[in-house]
Amino acid sequence: MSVDSKTVKKIANLARIAMTDAEVEAMVPEFNGILGWVEQLGEVDVTGVEPMTAVIPNSLRLREDVVTDGDIRDKVLANAPAAEHGFFGVPKVIE
Amino acid sequence: MTDLTDLGIADIRNGVRAGTFSAREVASAFNANVASAKALNAFLIDTPEHALAAADAIDAKRAAGDDLPIMAGVPIGMKDLFCTVGVEARAASEILNGFKPTYESTVSQKLWDAGAGMLGKLNMDQFAMGSSNETSAFGNVISPWRRNDGGNAPLAPGGSSGGSSAAIAARLCPAATGTDTGGSIRQPAAFTGISGIKPTYGRCSRWGVIAFASSLDQAGPMARDVRDCAIMLEAMSGFDPKDATSLDLPVPNWEAGLSGDLKGKRVGIPKEYRMDGMNADVAAVWEQGTQWLRDAGAEIVEVSLPHTRYALPAYYIIAPAEASSNLARYDGVRYGQRTLPDGAGLQDMYAATRAAGFGGEVKRRIMIGTYVLSAGFYDAYYTQAQKVRALIARDFAQVWEHCDVLLAPTAPSAAFGLGENSDDPIAMYLNDVFAVPASLAGLPAMSVPGGLDSQGLPLGLQIIGKPLDEQGVLNAGLAIEERAGFTARPDKWW
Amino acid sequence: MTESTYRIQGATGEWEVVIGLEVHAQVTSHAKLFSGASTTFGAEPNAQVSLVDAAMPGMLPVPNGECVRQAVRTGMALNAQINRYSRFDRKNYFYADLPQGYQISQLYHPIVGEGGIEISLDEKNPDAQTKTIGIERLHLEQDAGKLMHDQHPTMSYVDLNRCGVALMEIVSRPDMRSPAEAGAYLKKLRTILRYVGSCDGNMEEGSMRADVNVSVRRPGDAFGTRTETKNVNSVRYVMATIEHEANRQVDVLESGGSIVQETRLYDPDKNETRSMRSKEDAHDYRYFPDPDLLPLELDDAFLDACKASLPELPDAKRKRYESELGLSAYNAAVLTAEAETARWFEALLDECAKAQGKPEAEVAKGAANWLLSELYGALNRMGRSIDDSPVSPAAGAELIALVADGTISGTIAKQVFEIMLETGDGAGKIVEERGLKQTSDTGAIEAAIAKVLADNADKVEQYRGGKEALFGFFVGQTMKAMQGKANPQLVNEQLKKMLN
Ligand SMILES: [Mg+2]
Ligand SMILES: [Zn+2]
Repeated sequence: MSVDSKTVKKIANLARIAMTDAEVEAMVPEFNGILGWVEQLGEVDVTGVEPMTAVIPNSLRLREDVVTDGDIRDKVLANAPAAEHGFFGVPKVIE
Repeated sequence: MTDLTDLGIADIRNGVRAGTFSAREVASAFNANVASAKALNAFLIDTPEHALAAADAIDAKRAAGDDLPIMAGVPIGMKDLFCTVGVEARAASEILNGFKPTYESTVSQKLWDAGAGMLGKLNMDQFAMGSSNETSAFGNVISPWRRNDGGNAPLAPGGSSGGSSAAIAARLCPAATGTDTGGSIRQPAAFTGISGIKPTYGRCSRWGVIAFASSLDQAGPMARDVRDCAIMLEAMSGFDPKDATSLDLPVPNWEAGLSGDLKGKRVGIPKEYRMDGMNADVAAVWEQGTQWLRDAGAEIVEVSLPHTRYALPAYYIIAPAEASSNLARYDGVRYGQRTLPDGAGLQDMYAATRAAGFGGEVKRRIMIGTYVLSAGFYDAYYTQAQKVRALIARDFAQVWEHCDVLLAPTAPSAAFGLGENSDDPIAMYLNDVFAVPASLAGLPAMSVPGGLDSQGLPLGLQIIGKPLDEQGVLNAGLAIEERAGFTARPDKWW
Repeated sequence: MTESTYRIQGATGEWEVVIGLEVHAQVTSHAKLFSGASTTFGAEPNAQVSLVDAAMPGMLPVPNGECVRQAVRTGMALNAQINRYSRFDRKNYFYADLPQGYQISQLYHPIVGEGGIEISLDEKNPDAQTKTIGIERLHLEQDAGKLMHDQHPTMSYVDLNRCGVALMEIVSRPDMRSPAEAGAYLKKLRTILRYVGSCDGNMEEGSMRADVNVSVRRPGDAFGTRTETKNVNSVRYVMATIEHEANRQVDVLESGGSIVQETRLYDPDKNETRSMRSKEDAHDYRYFPDPDLLPLELDDAFLDACKASLPELPDAKRKRYESELGLSAYNAAVLTAEAETARWFEALLDECAKAQGKPEAEVAKGAANWLLSELYGALNRMGRSIDDSPVSPAAGAELIALVADGTISGTIAKQVFEIMLETGDGAGKIVEERGLKQTSDTGAIEAAIAKVLADNADKVEQYRGGKEALFGFFVGQTMKAMQGKANPQLVNEQLKKMLN
């Protein structure tokens, strides 16, 4: 599979990374280089193989339903670029 | 009196316990080394007061006659991937500029509880993506090592834990934390002539460690020798209910279990690691290592890991896929850098913030990861890669029927010059060809110095062990260390 | 099974509506799905947010076992397949109410698979028009935070209190064919969730909201293109959404247009749906298994405990009320429609049986009638729910017993109940203190009747002349003269004797 600049743009949009046309153009061959290289995986016969889920046999532990956290608004907002009246501020969203 | 900065973890701890020197003297000596080594660019932030405060606490404990913990009085370097309270944590990326965690990672807290202190935050490849430290937003780390050709070409300290490896090799700290996603502890350790171990996935909590690829990321110690690695790994390990992938198992006393006697052990030599066009020095040190382990009493067997060559491409699908999602939280809303062009809406702000904040390699991996997960491609790339990963893990599982540990080179070459690989991503990725398979299978693996190459640069030997058999890995590492007699160190030029 | 005959009459003929609902139900739990922050409604902004919810670097999710348990119990109540192996997946998209940049949900391996709900379209006769609506799946996922747009001229404000609260997304099959069926489905689902205790069903506070998938087609044709109207938060609005959206689609199709598969929004003020273009860009969620979480594997012990903890469910309870207690289908349906009502009724029944020393089956009808007429009437007047009824089941049973043993008449019982509501006193005390005991003193009754007959000699004449309907008049006058305290049976007997 080979990608073109339109695809790279689409992916950049999905990933929310602004790119100039020049950056997009520069990324096309790099992208194709890497994809071409990883596509050798297609050679491997994976018939009957389940995709890896847990690296080391281990089972998911479940928490008790108790409130152990929260009430730390100052910590939550401490690093915010724009925090007002206890909220995070973002550019106005029109829904 | 010996130079305190020549001492490792065990010697410092033992000296502090015995009262040969104070913890404060040790911290001061390392603080001074850190302050005078700016040319290496190993530390992003110095925290001398943290190291001194921890040292004073230990000295006070000793004065009070209390028992001193296993890393008493040992000042360490902290990779910038670990969140520590009040100290900027940026993962060497602009996007986290100004981010001061209000929380302490489980691993760093365990280290402080074990008596260690922090000299500073160590430079690294941005978000741990890289093998040379060249992707740091704050300039690359320069290895203290130089080739013996008389030229002064700056060399890569390896990556992503390159600040850690350079700082230890240059005696700026006796030990440092590292993280290993696809070789990021082992390869830099090999490049700088030190030791480092990545434990079994799940041994060290990932809580409070800035994520790269969750199913692969593991913290581990980097230090000057195997014993120090054992001590520090013990301090860092242990069950954490805050990490759902943490192993709920007791932490063995690895230091007490150390033994370089490998009688009754079988060491596997994976034939697929003997690649076409292998660097002759690397092949030679591997051969030498095999002999040392035989000398230590081990039986050597040739084994096969048939899917080895697919490990790297599988890794370069899985790790970017996970990263593309893990790094979605860097959006300029709750912390870090925000770039808000005039009139920008929310989505424009995201795109501008991420464009300005992430470095080139990070963007490249986010893009690849986004692509392989996108509609229509998920099965062909991601599912296929996870199946191949299962086969790689199965290869290892089958090998353990024939041997106890594996011996292989850590990296395909010694340290390369800065800039030599940076315009060819795949050439750079190939650096981790020997390291990545164990990462994909979640296995404990370590690098110990094996000798120098023809240019006078260190080469590492890698030991890969069974799940949870860190002891077996450490012991094989010790057997090599005892025979390699590796004492080379870089001449101070910084 | 009943076929729906609901049709939209278009200019070119009849159209059938096809409806599927995706209901998001907030799981009843103290803490969030993956963090230890509280789920309580109405806190100060960002006060119920953990570092995990705010997606601080290095934070990790750990699942809340209670949320898993509630999802499994709900699945069992929906007669659904419980998957012993499930996984959490990440749904990736960027929005300000989603700090992680992904929602942890379950796409590939949901915790609950196929099941179904039986709905009834005739409240008076719930066993008649029934239909089973298929459930495709139920999965667990995180709720998002909240944006406020009207607090600042150029900024939206983000509150993450809801962020990470556990939701069950319950996805139906496109089996509904009318607004009424959708309404019945939603009500029944809400009833089941409340019985199970896995969701409080409080639609005003957003504990339950529905994404409404609607398409239209010519009867018998293949499915048409559907639209999805998001986050509709009442039964009434869901029905209105369907009605409006189906009619809109018919208009579009009949005027030669085609339906665009899109996300829409219901505006209750204008009673219309409109396209949500803001959410339309590039829907590619890049789902993949969350690498921070291992597969969720449920063992027999866990499943058995879930099963054992399930209460009797509304359908079973309704049928038991009919067969064992002899209640009418309608009464049984009303009494079981809300878990609270059924709980209250059963407490009342228990007290009645004790107070009257009779088996429940013998006192059930009286108890049901009193609850549905007297108590419900009073609660309605007071605008209170049965949960905070001013009288207890025991107090109700005391009153009912006084009627049953003839101490007071039904008429007096109504008065006594009013006094109970006003004073909070017990029925026995009220009857005693106010002398409301029914009299069976035949002499007094005879005397009262004699006076009534004497005062109404003309009517006596008419009655004896064949106008038998006047009998009731004499009963009423006698009861009035006796201030309602005469035993009605004795009054009847004595009247008949004296008139004939
Ligand atoms: Mg939906
Ligand atoms: Zn949902």
